[in-house]
Amino acid sequence: MHAICVTAFRLPPHDAEDVFQDVFAKTWAELPKLRDDGAIRPWLAQLTRRTCIDRLRAARPAAEGEPAELPDPDDVLGRLEQALDVHRCMTGLGESCNEILDRFFARDESYRAIGEALDLPAGTIASRISRCLDKLRAAMEDPASRDRPVDG
Amino acid sequence: MTRYEIEELAQLIALLPPAPTGWVEAAQELPRALAGLDALVARAGEDAELRRRLLADLEAAFAASDVKPTRRLLDEARRRLQG
Repeated sequence: MHAICVTAFRLPPHDAEDVFQDVFAKTWAELPKLRDDGAIRPWLAQLTRRTCIDRLRAARPAAEGEPAELPDPDDVLGRLEQALDVHRCMTGLGESCNEILDRFFARDESYRAIGEALDLPAGTIASRISRCLDKLRAAMEDPASRDRPVDG
Repeated sequence: MTRYEIEELAQLIALLPPAPTGWVEAAQELPRALAGLDALVARAGEDAELRRRLLADLEAAFAASDVKPTRRLLDEARRRLQG
């Protein structure tokens, strides 16, 4: 949800937070009707996308039309799907690799911050990241790893 | 089999930064907050004086109900109490 708001639709933080809360509230209201676990992710993505579009339209007079600089949300959503696959695969690498890669690339933490958080020498973080990326690439190229459920 | 370059994997990981902690906490609080709002609006529907007092100081009313009065919740409360 967060990535769709800020990456696909490039909403400013204030609007992105409103969409995030709106989608969560709608999801909470609709949860009893959602019986298929596998359908929740695309349903959430679609709801988030619609809510982002509503927010953009509400913020802009109709005469201005669509913003020319916005990338095609379908392309970005496809890329986000790939990113979700990568994150799902990361969970299968073990806690250590998952955490190091997430902290460095997704949270943009420094070697020093990661070392302190994980009680590891900062000088070893770069080589650990490299090894974890190699493991991730091998896992991504293994269909059995890629299809593993997030919680499985 | 798809071939992945290390650089591309790094970019894909970076595409999904975590949502800010405050957003997640507010979202987790939302069901309880909305239930609190439902109760307040129901009571205000039967008591005009309460409704007036709520509109005069919504933040205090939420605080008294042990519900964190976020901007979104306050907007929703005003909309429903004035509607």
